[in-house]
Amino acid sequence: MNPFLGYALSGVLLIGIGLYGAIVYGHLLRKIIALNVMSGGIFLVFIALARRAPGVADPVPHAMVITGIVVAVCASAVALVLSVRVAVETGQAALPGDHEDRA
Amino acid sequence: MIALAVAVSCPIWAIVVPLVGAALTMLWPRRATFVGAAATLTTLAVVTALTARIAQTGVQRYAVGGWGAPLGIDLYADGLSAILLAITAAVAAGVSLYGLRYFRAVSVLAYFWTLWLFVWAALNALFLSGDIFNLYVTLELVGLSAVALVALAGGGAALTGALRYLLVSLVGSASYLLGVALLYGQYAVLDIASLGAQVQPDTVTWVAMAAMFAGLMLKTALFPLHFWLPAAHGAAPAPVSAVLSGLVVKASFYILVRLWLQLFPIAVPAPGQLLGALGAAAILWGSIQALRQERLKMLLAYSTVAQIGYLFLVFPLADTVAAQTAWLGVLMFIASHALAKSALFLCAGNILRYYGHDRVHKLGGAARGEPVTFFALGLAGVSLIGLPPSGGFIAKWLLIEAAMASGQWWWVLVMVTGAFLAATYVFRVLGDGLISGTVSARRQVVAPGMAGAALLLALGATVLGFLAVPMDELRQIGWPLVAVRGGQP
Repeated sequence: MNPFLGYALSGVLLIGIGLYGAIVYGHLLRKIIALNVMSGGIFLVFIALARRAPGVADPVPHAMVITGIVVAVCASAVALVLSVRVAVETGQAALPGDHEDRA
Repeated sequence: MIALAVAVSCPIWAIVVPLVGAALTMLWPRRATFVGAAATLTTLAVVTALTARIAQTGVQRYAVGGWGAPLGIDLYADGLSAILLAITAAVAAGVSLYGLRYFRAVSVLAYFWTLWLFVWAALNALFLSGDIFNLYVTLELVGLSAVALVALAGGGAALTGALRYLLVSLVGSASYLLGVALLYGQYAVLDIASLGAQVQPDTVTWVAMAAMFAGLMLKTALFPLHFWLPAAHGAAPAPVSAVLSGLVVKASFYILVRLWLQLFPIAVPAPGQLLGALGAAAILWGSIQALRQERLKMLLAYSTVAQIGYLFLVFPLADTVAAQTAWLGVLMFIASHALAKSALFLCAGNILRYYGHDRVHKLGGAARGEPVTFFALGLAGVSLIGLPPSGGFIAKWLLIEAAMASGQWWWVLVMVTGAFLAATYVFRVLGDGLISGTVSARRQVVAPGMAGAALLLALGATVLGFLAVPMDELRQIGWPLVAVRGGQP
């Protein structure tokens, strides 16, 4: 099996884990971490597919991943700030209808 | 003079001007209103010049920084982009006029102008993007600034609404980005035009398309992925709700249209029928929920869920003999809903200011107390229901015509039912306002600019009914369907 396919499949697995976490967990911090796992998986897929010819890496996906990381960092920062405000205003670090799932 | 007009009509200005305006409002918060108004006027002028240029000389392509298509980022503007830019500018004019008088606290005011100009710049950038990765970046820019605008209202409801909106929006764009990764892995290009020329109906392409469509459907709030919308749109400040319902949900729908037209490898009926069925469910579910709402802003938010359903009825009609009619219909629908719904949200803001509440069954005396707002409410309601001569009427007429011409009568049934339900919830609001009731003591004067902004947008939705022909001429500039699918009548 081609090792790059292995990386791509691990990326897909990470995306699945992240999506599951983002839906199932109620605590906001867990949701945000799960979303970061998900975007990590997508970046891995990008990098695994970056091989055009044997031994030569395609730089364009790397540029896209760097841009994607910048976007993900900004989005996480906004999400964290909002989570803190939500926790202060409502007294729980979860969205209405969810539980903080203290496990 | 001509040289100036040519220079001003370069696509990059439509992004740079609001962006600079946003930065200036951040640097100079005490003069935010002045700077914001100036940026609004300049952006309107620039977008008008760009739209006129597209109408006169056709498709525009601009290589940012002088780097060409495969490596650099190209801005691309055809008739479809021009229509969306113009709709955005029209709604923006109303929202900016409203924003002059709506906010009272200086700090909130400055944040509003900064974030609103960011949203406008990001929307323009999205409509001018020529490659699928740039679309992702602009989609995130729109999402992040829109979330911040929702949170501007403060308080628990707005903050939780904003956070849910942010989380959902991130999942949606991540799904879209996965599709971009797969498409790039398969074809090694990002430019939509080059991609459209190479795309093959193989498994990877279908998986990529499914991921992109799922993500964008979540961001457009198509039933059953609409759960985040009412809380966010209902809790935001009135001008923000107008921007969100009028423009932001249309941005992700615009990407869906582009993907469908230019990247779908072959015409296949099954996905189109599925999207149409979800749209039909959205119309019925959203309208029934709107009927059950107690608060006007929530009613309008659920009405947006319903109206988004109409947009998706274009997909089952898009590969039939009536394709051109259906596409014009859906563009007309985007325009009329953008204008009418933003007008309605501004009216809701005025009513909230006037009464201190927006409970639908306690709006007695509104027609006498706030006549301009009430007139705008009625006018925009006419377009929302789809009564002549409004833009909403022409849009629904074209969609119904396309459904009949392609022999898919069941969509007509859904559209007519949706119109009846819309009429019911609009008259539920209007009916009480006409009765002379007792208005509670907490009445506040609504600034003339605020009522005027709502009226202008409502008038725009009505006048739109007479603009179908110029819109169709603009649409046909660089229309992709003819080139890709061998041309349908």
